[in-house]
Amino acid sequence: MSKKVFSRPRSLKEAVFHYCPGCGHSIAHRLVAEVIDELDIRSRVIGIPPAGCAVLAYNYFDVDMIEAQHGRGPATATGIKRARPDSIVFSYQGDGDLAAIGIAESLHAANRGENITVIFINNACYGMTGGQMAPTTMLQQRTTTTPSGRNNILDGYPVKVSEIFSRLPGVTYLERVTVNSPAGVNKTKKAIKKAFRCQIDGLGFSLIEILSPCPTNWKLSPVDSCKWIDDVMSKEFPLGVFKDNTGAGKKTGEAAP
Amino acid sequence: MNKVLMSGNNIIGEAAIRSGCRFYAGYPITPQNELTEYMAEHMREAPGGVFIQSESEIAAIHMIIGASATGARVMTSSSSPGISLKQEGISSMAACELPGVIVNIMRGGPGLGNIRPAQGDYFQATRGGGHGDYRTIVFGPATCQELADLTMSAYDLADKYRTPVMILADGMMGQMMEPVIFKKPKPRHYNENFILKGAGSGKSKFIRGLILDAIDMEEHNWKLERKYQVIKARETLHEEHRTEDAKLVIVAYGTAARIAKGAIKRLRDNGMQVGLFRPITLWPFPEAELRALSARVKKFLVFEMSTGQMLDDVRLALQGYADIEFHGRPGGVVPTPSELANVIARHYKETGK
Ligand SMILES: Cc1ncc(C[n+]2csc(CCOP(=O)(O)OP(=O)(O)O)c2C)c(N)n1
Ligand code: SF4
Repeated sequence: MSKKVFSRPRSLKEAVFHYCPGCGHSIAHRLVAEVIDELDIRSRVIGIPPAGCAVLAYNYFDVDMIEAQHGRGPATATGIKRARPDSIVFSYQGDGDLAAIGIAESLHAANRGENITVIFINNACYGMTGGQMAPTTMLQQRTTTTPSGRNNILDGYPVKVSEIFSRLPGVTYLERVTVNSPAGVNKTKKAIKKAFRCQIDGLGFSLIEILSPCPTNWKLSPVDSCKWIDDVMSKEFPLGVFKDNTGAGKKTGEAAP
Repeated sequence: MNKVLMSGNNIIGEAAIRSGCRFYAGYPITPQNELTEYMAEHMREAPGGVFIQSESEIAAIHMIIGASATGARVMTSSSSPGISLKQEGISSMAACELPGVIVNIMRGGPGLGNIRPAQGDYFQATRGGGHGDYRTIVFGPATCQELADLTMSAYDLADKYRTPVMILADGMMGQMMEPVIFKKPKPRHYNENFILKGAGSGKSKFIRGLILDAIDMEEHNWKLERKYQVIKARETLHEEHRTEDAKLVIVAYGTAARIAKGAIKRLRDNGMQVGLFRPITLWPFPEAELRALSARVKKFLVFEMSTGQMLDDVRLALQGYADIEFHGRPGGVVPTPSELANVIARHYKETGK
């Protein structure tokens, strides 16, 4: 008798992702779905896809979902969670969505300590609209709107969401991870699971920042994209737990090395 | 039922809570702060009631979208500049067919304008306001009693047609006090199938306005349009005041209609046969009813606290069958009934009677 060791999570529909080869969104989707299955919460999950490459996430996640306008996910999540406190609510957001147009909604949901989970895909660019500069674009990084590289004087600096948000007393759990290696994927899944458990236990706002490859707009192969996360991106955006008030091991401050 | 003396802003809040509104989000702006404050004080007393002072009007409207999707009766309120910010969400509510009540206590504009009562947001409210092909049901109450009654109706219609409904009043209506009776709200009928609760053990659902295929999007647009046509046919409301024998009829809504009634009283005392046609729903506009009146009235005077917005709807309704004059006081000026009476009298004399 053969034993099944790998199958489609119950919380993913039988649909083929439209994401580009090597894109981090596909991995993040699968991990979120696996966590929902393992925590056995599918029955009460309500998810919120963003405007961004993940705008069609409701075609993939087999959980209740409602789209948000660009950046407004955390406000919509707030409405859902407050009106139906027994639901498990997650907002799935890109870096333009969370750190540019929706920074106010995101920061204030965090500051209110809304008992929701934010899955934050940092791919250092605007994927969906064709690779423009994001708030998280690296200095010197070329994008379609920074054709000669991001210039701090004209374009500002990469916005460090985990560093900023972890300073808010309303935030309970915040970790930055990446999906550029099997070890990173495992760690990411653990972090996502912890974030959802934080919500299930009623402990408050959790956010997982995932450094996520966008080979298409980085104009790199999927393998080189993973390497670029190690060599460049994670230098600007160090990985680690930024805040953990979920239990005894309460921690606030900079990333653990 | 007891009469209570309350201010307009508080009446809207109380009527909403009595209608079963259990989620309010708003951001302070004059002249509607009393409504937000009323909700802060009373919403949390209602079982399951949620009040949130949001970080912006944009956040507020998207919060009520989330709460509405889970089946709550919801409200957000603001004044003109804040309503501009809410348009993104109002458009989403129309697209996603989510019920909700939005209150605009108008002030002078454009831009920051001022905080005086004005009617400059008529176009924004009745033309949809946000992007895309949609309409919003708009009520233009003119008395405190109507603020109570129409707020309750707003919830019924929002549910019935799964669409946002706007109460369009102005700073004067928001601040004024009148005795009011709160009627018993109708029991709620809302189809469970439209509510997100989590998939349970069954099929998951999603709510979205994104429809990438043009043919599918077109079909959605026509589906919404068919709904708007039904609303037009069934939900149009207006009031006629002393039009039976009128030779000249004022067309005005909200505060302007109150002023017009005062003017009409003065003119009638002087033997002038003038009346008032008052749209209560601004969208749908009572165009057939106004046109019907033009069979016996050949002169209309549109009076607005703006440079002339509803005027367009009056022209469209009358289609040239009667003469139309206009008197406007934009910018937060509230003319007195005697000022208006003088204007009306001048036009009345031109009717040659
Ligand atoms: C109000 C508004 N402005 C702009 C857009 C266009 N838009 C859609 S997605 C997007 C940015 C997406 O970038 P990001 O949030 O980083 O997500 P990604 O696509 O990279 O996953 C923009 C600008 C929009 N949908 N709505
Ligand atoms: S453009 Fe980038 S983020 Fe979007 S699907 Fe392709 S690889 Fe992923």
